[in-house]
Amino acid sequence: MAAAEKPPVTGTGSVALDGLLTWVDQRFPLISTWKAHLAEYYAPKNFNFWYYFGSLAMLALAIQIVTGIFLTMHYKPDATLAFASVEYIMREVPGGWIIRYMHSTGASAFFICVYLHMFRALLYGSYRRPRELMWIFGVLIYLCLMGEAFFGYLLPWGQMSYWGAQVIVNLFTAIPLIGPDLSLWIRGDYVISDATLNRFFAMHVIALPLALLGLVMAHLLALHEVGSNNPDGIEIKNNKDANGVPLDGIPFHPYYTVKDILGVVVFMIVFVIIVFFAPEMGGYFLEYNNFVPADPLQTPAHIAPVWYFTPYYSILRAVPPMFNSQFPGVVAMGVSNMVLFLLPWLDRGAVKSIRYRGTHFKVALTAFVIVFLILGYLGTEPITVWGQFGAWLGNADRATVAARICTLVYFLFFILMPWYTKVDKTKPEPDRVTYP
Amino acid sequence: MKKLIGILLLAIGSPAALLVFPAILFVSPSVLFVSPSAMASEGGVRLDAAPINPTDVISLQSGARTFANYCLNCHSASLMRWNRLMELGLTESQIMDNLMFSGDKVGELMSIAMVRKDAMQWFGAAPPDLSVIARARGADWLYSYMRGFYRDPARPTGWNNAVFENVGMPNPMWQLQGERMRVEHAAKNESAKDGHGGAVAYEMVKPGSLTPVQYDETVRDLVNFLVYVGEPAASSRKQIGIIVLLFLLALWPLAYLLKREFWKDVH
Repeated sequence: MAAAEKPPVTGTGSVALDGLLTWVDQRFPLISTWKAHLAEYYAPKNFNFWYYFGSLAMLALAIQIVTGIFLTMHYKPDATLAFASVEYIMREVPGGWIIRYMHSTGASAFFICVYLHMFRALLYGSYRRPRELMWIFGVLIYLCLMGEAFFGYLLPWGQMSYWGAQVIVNLFTAIPLIGPDLSLWIRGDYVISDATLNRFFAMHVIALPLALLGLVMAHLLALHEVGSNNPDGIEIKNNKDANGVPLDGIPFHPYYTVKDILGVVVFMIVFVIIVFFAPEMGGYFLEYNNFVPADPLQTPAHIAPVWYFTPYYSILRAVPPMFNSQFPGVVAMGVSNMVLFLLPWLDRGAVKSIRYRGTHFKVALTAFVIVFLILGYLGTEPITVWGQFGAWLGNADRATVAARICTLVYFLFFILMPWYTKVDKTKPEPDRVTYP
Repeated sequence: MKKLIGILLLAIGSPAALLVFPAILFVSPSVLFVSPSAMASEGGVRLDAAPINPTDVISLQSGARTFANYCLNCHSASLMRWNRLMELGLTESQIMDNLMFSGDKVGELMSIAMVRKDAMQWFGAAPPDLSVIARARGADWLYSYMRGFYRDPARPTGWNNAVFENVGMPNPMWQLQGERMRVEHAAKNESAKDGHGGAVAYEMVKPGSLTPVQYDETVRDLVNFLVYVGEPAASSRKQIGIIVLLFLLALWPLAYLLKREFWKDVH
């Protein structure tokens, strides 16, 4: 009987709809959820371009899940059938090629959105207190996404699928003591095989998507608990009106829903141009060698991961083997990801936003972005791409030397962060957000 | 009132999108990205650009004929169905009578009778399925490869290829192309300097039934066909893409004005 205490829902303009919503609301937190997360969730009014990518990443996730469901209806996770079943989808399933290209383009689009979303956090200090936990959920989403992309890439069972998986699973072999057994356990066989394909399929279509959805939920709940950061890096909750509404806040719905719709349309225009006119994206989204069926007996001359992994692949290759072991490279690659978790505690800046930071941080962030892009490029190419230095430098590959310097800068960005953010000459933050 | 605004916006938006659209046509995205042909061949030989035209139905039909006559004995295209060639303007009976040498249903896959194991024994490697070969190798590679065979007594088949050194495959169209010997000429090092690999010169030992120009055209048609087989949906993909793009371009001003309308009262 207690449920009936809630006031009836009014104002939809239809008696029947009011009645239905009242019925639901008395049995489910409908109105309170709507208010807490949309109609009365107050977001800063000064969001700029960079703030589109959170909602766009969610859109990319939705595209991947929906297209993924339809692909699963026709795909065969079997080493003898997988390659042909993908082409069956491309040729004989009505609309199959649209679904497949949306999924392959969607994977890259997801990473583009996530990378830009993370860069936004670096720009405006969105990982700083009180948003540390939200940042940690975000990094977990990113790691999950990398796993999802890695497992999914084996499924078309092309040469790059096969040898890419071979290279990555072999990395675990480099771990001392347990390495060989661990990689055997991951593969389920001594080489990448049907057993591997089946378990990667299971990981790709159910295990990781579930984790991903849960983490996205946690990320959003944490966001709505602490409130959004903004390009000024100041808390809008410090200035509230008599009703407790932030003076610089506007309800997420309708203001940011209509703004995000605009973002979605622009995103879709770019997405559609790729899906329909350049689905291979010059070999970066769909690698040419992956149109050759997997052949365990023939190693391709050049194995390159898809572009979103290449910065880390570069770091892996850049670290020279020590004590006859590839392990240091594997560790460097792992640490280059894990270090992101520490970001909220490495940054000792007096301000959050780049708008009020000093030269030190600006230089560091610029250098970080540049080396990340160079590492990304080098990871797509063989190490001989820039030729060799002369004998005076031991005929070293130029690209390897460049990758080593970039790797060093990558890590220095994090290692030196407590220092350069602390000594940075910051500007005073404003009391209220700057708008427009 | 809101409905009226909506209709008005749609009316304004659509012609605006049409104005923007031609510009997009000219900046065809495919031009912006490197094609697989930009890659050099394993032999370091410069690849010739394949002058193919995916809308040239006559060329595609001719390519289909060449494919059925010269390729489809050793190579399959087993992800492709015969009756899909009706897209190229052929009728079922034309396909049955002129292209299919075996099999009796036009809905069958373009497979071959040769057993993989036998092929391995005969050629050293099983001839690959050609369904998506154009997507793996690129049109330019195929165009150069099919024109790159020469006589080489050192090889078991008596044939070698400038683009794919020591390939197991003999020249299937030697009667058309004729037999050539490779000539290493002095200019080789000169042309190698441009970074695209060296040029290859040949000497015709025994002319084929086609002139070199006719042979190039035959190979062009064949490659055109292989590109089509690689992704038969490619042409409808672009057509549908234009419609989807037009829709989104019409939606853009609407979304923009909707946002502006709501944000009027944010100061």
